[in-house]
Amino acid sequence: MRAMIVKEFRELRRDRRTVAMLVALPLLMLVIFGYAANFTVDELKVAVVGDQAEQAEQQITEQIPADAPATLDLVDVDPDATAADARDQLQDDHVDLAILTGEATETDDGRPTVLIDGSNLFAAQSASVLVAQLGDRVDSEILYNPDLETSWVMVPAIIGLILTFIGTIITSIGLVREREAGTLEQLAVMPLSPTSVVLGKITPYFLLACFDMVLVTLLGVWLFGVPFNGSVLLFAVGAAIFLFAVLGIGVLISTVSQTTGQAVQVALMTMLPQILLSGMIFPLDAMAAGVRWIGYVLPLTWFVELSQGVMLRGAGWDSLWLPVAILAVMATVVFGVAVLRLRRDIAPAKAAR
Amino acid sequence: MAGVRDLTVELGGTTALAGISVEVPPGEVTALVGGDGAGKTTLLRAMLGRVAASRGTVDVPPAARIGYEPSTSGVWPTLTVQENVEFVGAAYGMSDGAVRSRADELLTTAGIADARTRLGRDLSGGMRQKLGFCLAMQHSPDLLLLDEPSTGVDPVSRIELWRLVTAAAQGGAAVLMTTTYLDEAERAATVVALQDGEVLAAGDPATVVDAVPGTVSVSDSPPGDGRTWRRGRTFHTWTPADGEVPGRAVTPDLEDSLVALTLARTEETR
Repeated sequence: MRAMIVKEFRELRRDRRTVAMLVALPLLMLVIFGYAANFTVDELKVAVVGDQAEQAEQQITEQIPADAPATLDLVDVDPDATAADARDQLQDDHVDLAILTGEATETDDGRPTVLIDGSNLFAAQSASVLVAQLGDRVDSEILYNPDLETSWVMVPAIIGLILTFIGTIITSIGLVREREAGTLEQLAVMPLSPTSVVLGKITPYFLLACFDMVLVTLLGVWLFGVPFNGSVLLFAVGAAIFLFAVLGIGVLISTVSQTTGQAVQVALMTMLPQILLSGMIFPLDAMAAGVRWIGYVLPLTWFVELSQGVMLRGAGWDSLWLPVAILAVMATVVFGVAVLRLRRDIAPAKAAR
Repeated sequence: MAGVRDLTVELGGTTALAGISVEVPPGEVTALVGGDGAGKTTLLRAMLGRVAASRGTVDVPPAARIGYEPSTSGVWPTLTVQENVEFVGAAYGMSDGAVRSRADELLTTAGIADARTRLGRDLSGGMRQKLGFCLAMQHSPDLLLLDEPSTGVDPVSRIELWRLVTAAAQGGAAVLMTTTYLDEAERAATVVALQDGEVLAAGDPATVVDAVPGTVSVSDSPPGDGRTWRRGRTFHTWTPADGEVPGRAVTPDLEDSLVALTLARTEETR
């Protein structure tokens, strides 16, 4: 038995990826669950508008009970702004709630109105609790997701998750299978240009993922009644760019893997942090800053931002240009590197200098 | 003529091929033999442009005129036989009609025409190698490079495979095939024996046999001097030119010759 144990350890040591998984996974889990797994948003960004904004600000600072579930960060106090301005702020995701005072309020008796962004589910829940504590002193309205349905927030995110799954796992398996069967070598010696091999290999996965994206979006809207308030074009452009980024990750994984098993292993290692840190499950606002930045380097985070913005809030280019631009940069870099690496695998060897 | 001249290939710091010259004449089969790691596959890969030459020249027709069967057979496991043939035909720019008639001809000759609808991965080892050969031959290439097409193939299928190879050469193709079966190599017009990236012997099989220095002899019990190898129930021994020959001296066959040449080479370099 001792020989068996020694042999197993020797084999494990050679399989660097398994070692990495054994070491990295527990650490990752601990860090993520320790710092990121937090559903409670304890700081809400607030805009106060209307001619009594400054008084309201003072009242908020004085009257919010010490045991309130969340503190308020007054990011914008503007007596000249109108209710429409406040709604724009919410739509652009600059604030989690807006307080309309004085002229701007939507009540008949002059009480302030609190508008809550329902597309940030956990922030909205904290805000609702807070508003409930204020009782009759204010009137409130939850925008974009009035019943605070979890599915409304999850479906746009799940679209991204499904695209990530296809783009990363399915694509990398498809490419590695060719390497495993020895047929990549065959493709390389055929009179096909490396570019046409690479494009011919990736296009089917791109088309399949596009098909899935449309299917899941339609099904999500139909089954769960998730609204699609924004521009279809913006959503389609953003999703296509996002797809290039995740396909790129899939291709990249295939170029560093020799077998399907290895590819799946690496793909899962890239999927896990995306699921947990993209804000689709745990709100980014509730994460410790030390792990939140990881979320911001993952493409899924930006896609979730984009899809929730377009579908729920009906946000447009002017507020969603940032996620689109970041996704475009990620897609260019990742896809570019991936295609260059794959191309190098099948291009003829260059003579040594 | 296809071939390589003074070809040196270095792979990861070691010399895989050390300035070898090999010619592959059209209309003939050239067999590349040698032990594991001798450089056989590296030579094929250098001719395919898959590894770079550090020195020397590689002379081959353009990619579209080369047919290649890798040692893994190059068959797509999740495509049917027919789909494999169609894909390769299309990749070489053949018309649908040309693919169909050529595939009929090749698959029938190879005896796998009845398996058209079977998946590549469901074929037996021998059938897969034969399909791999058909794929390499599909576009009637001028140069056919076969990497161990008969390894792992049963004796009957090997005979059929060899028939296909001979037919390809008779059709005018220059065929270079690696093999570890020396009885097979004996049927080739030219045998090139590689060892440690160098050419140990080259020429028609008779020339290679003639090149053996000293004597090969057969005895029923091992003489025990380290130059003996066993074949079946007898012991074969190589003795350098001036040594005392144990047992009965024989004219060596190709297998004996290559073992003897290897031994002679080893003693020379020691």
